Amino acid sequence: MSHFANIAVSILFDGLAYAMFLFITSVGLSITMGLMNFVNLAHGAFAMAGGYIVVTLTRTVGIGFVPSLVIASVVIGIISIPFERYLYRRLYKKTDLEQVLLTIGLAFMAIAVFTYFYGPIPKSVPLPDWLQGSVNLGFRNFPTYRAFMIAVGAALIVVLWYGFERTNIGAMIRAAVDNRRMAESVGINVDRLFTLTFALGSALAALGGGLAIQLLGLNPNFALLYLVLFLIVVAVGGLGSLKGTLLAALVLGIIDTGGKYLMADAGGFFIYAVTVLVLLVKPAGFYGRE
Amino acid sequence: MAVSDARHALVGEKARERAATYLINRHRFSAAEALPWLLAIAAYFVFPNNMTFGNQVLIMVMFALSLDLILGYAGIVTLGHAAFFGTGAYTVGLLIARMGWSEPLSSLVAAAAVSALVGLITGWFLLRYRGLTIIMLTLATAIMLQEAGNLRSDISGGYDGLPGLVISPLFGLFDYDLYGHVNYLYVLGVLAVIFYVVRRIVYSPFGQALTGIRENVRRMNAIGSPVHRRLVTVYTISAAIAGIAGALFTQTNAYVTLTVFDFDNSAKVMVMLILGGTGRLYGAFLGAVVYMILEDYFSKLSPTFWQFGIGLILVLAVLFAPRGLFGIVEDVSRAFTRWRRS
Amino acid sequence: MSAALEVKALNRSFGALHVTRDVDLTLEKGARRALIGPNGAGKTTLVNLITGVLKPSSGRVLLDGNDITNTSQAYRARRGLARTFQINQLFRGLTVLENICMTIGERDGECNNLWRSLGSKRSVIDEALAHLHALRMVDDALKLVRELPYGRQRLVEIAIALAQRPRVLLLDEPAAGVPSSESHLILDVVASLDPDIAILIIEHDMDVVFRFAKEITVLVQGAVFTQGTPEQIMANEQVRAVYLGEEGHHAGRRGGGHG
Repeated sequence: MSHFANIAVSILFDGLAYAMFLFITSVGLSITMGLMNFVNLAHGAFAMAGGYIVVTLTRTVGIGFVPSLVIASVVIGIISIPFERYLYRRLYKKTDLEQVLLTIGLAFMAIAVFTYFYGPIPKSVPLPDWLQGSVNLGFRNFPTYRAFMIAVGAALIVVLWYGFERTNIGAMIRAAVDNRRMAESVGINVDRLFTLTFALGSALAALGGGLAIQLLGLNPNFALLYLVLFLIVVAVGGLGSLKGTLLAALVLGIIDTGGKYLMADAGGFFIYAVTVLVLLVKPAGFYGRE
Repeated sequence: MAVSDARHALVGEKARERAATYLINRHRFSAAEALPWLLAIAAYFVFPNNMTFGNQVLIMVMFALSLDLILGYAGIVTLGHAAFFGTGAYTVGLLIARMGWSEPLSSLVAAAAVSALVGLITGWFLLRYRGLTIIMLTLATAIMLQEAGNLRSDISGGYDGLPGLVISPLFGLFDYDLYGHVNYLYVLGVLAVIFYVVRRIVYSPFGQALTGIRENVRRMNAIGSPVHRRLVTVYTISAAIAGIAGALFTQTNAYVTLTVFDFDNSAKVMVMLILGGTGRLYGAFLGAVVYMILEDYFSKLSPTFWQFGIGLILVLAVLFAPRGLFGIVEDVSRAFTRWRRS
Repeated sequence: MSAALEVKALNRSFGALHVTRDVDLTLEKGARRALIGPNGAGKTTLVNLITGVLKPSSGRVLLDGNDITNTSQAYRARRGLARTFQINQLFRGLTVLENICMTIGERDGECNNLWRSLGSKRSVIDEALAHLHALRMVDDALKLVRELPYGRQRLVEIAIALAQRPRVLLLDEPAAGVPSSESHLILDVVASLDPDIAILIIEHDMDVVFRFAKEITVLVQGAVFTQGTPEQIMANEQVRAVYLGEEGHHAGRRGGGHG
């Protein structure tokens, strides 16, 4: 492969893996924000918590990486339910500002708690042998772990798409995102739907957090540092849209990776520039509703 | 139109007097307003060894005041106000470090002008949006400025910053001492001027229009208010003030780094304002002072504990005290008056 | 001399839903026209199109002969177009006086002033009180809007529209939600409005309509069904048929429903 093509392929591949992380972690945020019009800045904290659970399960308890991912997702999904029912539910009618403040407060608290228990130094996870090294995909070698992330992401996209577009629950979610009052009047229990969606979204965030450890490292700042990215993906993609989140994750993931590859110093700049440009032209994002 | 002239006389002088008095009383200087200033001056004498800390408190008061203008009065939610603080801070930093210009007052003016310009341009675009969109855009703006600074760290000094930024004596007369005494009075003086300006704006017809926009923007549009123009105006003014706060920060610390643009800074000033209470100018004072004192004490004890505490305060404030400490004070005094009456 | 307000071939669709169909409407100076129609006919939508809250899919709106189709709501308000909302849109945390003063301030540019203290310009206060006096609300001037009974709040809504000194006034169900004991307040005000203002009133209550209107436009499913004097509309068999289901509900009932 020519040098230029090689770099392009690397950018695409790494960008894709990064995009999968962004998608998995952000999709829950997008759907819940679209459904309840609720700004949740504690979402990053859920992802971080998932990551830390994976660290403990793999290092202290000795469970394998993949099973740990699953367990962490389920645990966080379940824990998020009382959060939603007893805390968040009181905020739906409050102003944007109040939602922002309360959820930032939760994020701060989470960061403090995890700093206390895990310390500020970044953690890593022991990967099983089959996820290490590189794998040959025909024309080139690629890092196995990233290939794994892409595979997980792709599988989830298929599952989520199917669930969203083809099942009854998916239809109900789409209806409620589209027009909440209408959905309620045809008998959809939006409250329960939301708890379910929130739990699912948090579980996915935890999964994303677990996957991110190897890719990005995990320290207590994760909650706020990457929150900005999740919010960007959600805003650019459009609230409540699966398609939008995916498209935004791909665009932003690849651009960010490309930026960092090609201009190491200014790399971070592009993702924000793109965000500003998109939002100025389409304030509700790619597939959002005005 | 017939209405005004003929019926004018029918309304009665008494009613007109009462109305005028009511409105004027809303913003007349009350004796209680002297209190924070007296306390600030007293602090100069009572805590001579804490003047550097005192400086930072006053600077944060100014920063919080600038945020109150847009958040408390106009209702604009922003997560990137540090963008203007940082712009002001770096204007001064670059003036000294790259252009050898160290006259303090003119640097303040320059910082205000540059921040105002950034506020005008970004505000003109961003204030068309609401909700998550504007939150993201303001956040992105601050980050982009920080990244831009990082890109040219040869100019900005990057995250290590620009050290040794000493300003010339104020008015050519007052030299600065290591303990920050002159600085304190300098900052207090600037704060007093700025506060007066902000107070006048808030109690002007323009200020009332801002309240109208916050309370019911639909109605404002329906009566012909140029809402976007009003918002951009107040945003620009707020940016200028935040810029002055940032400029003072550089001047009093003799140092500036890119961390001035941090999200932490934007979040911090929001917490201060919420703590004190929005939409009541003195809420900025109360919130900033309380926050800075608590932070000074607790973060030395344990930064983790402090972070947890801040988070907890935010959560509790939103749930139980959305109008901040000021709101609590008002509630208590109202209950007290009621108790006294019974 | 051009009409105060003209609407020409106005259309509005939301996707496949065609809510306003080819509407033509003219308000001469001093007009007293009622806009009636069954629920869902698109009356409030039409008002929203005229005031600029919605942009039409096609057609034109002219104010005093000037094409304002592509202008903002605020622009139209400044050119003399005022409206009241079906549900009060007031500054509930402010006093009645301040609500009116703010309106006057926006009208004459006072609100551009960042420096003058509130209450120092007596002419604004005097005018505000004069408007309130005309509505017999001077005693409520210093009360907070949210502490007033709904009927009096509705009067504040109208007072704001009048304080704009409009040439064209659109009233969206002014008596809606007002208890019958207080509705006469509203109706008296509406009946005694300045004869020079062109007024379009959306109403369901036929008593109000016949008392107030010199002309009536009937809107059905977004299109103008028919127009005419009250006598003509009363005598129109088709109108009665369209309303037959509605008449029983609306005779004597005030308020409610969406236009």
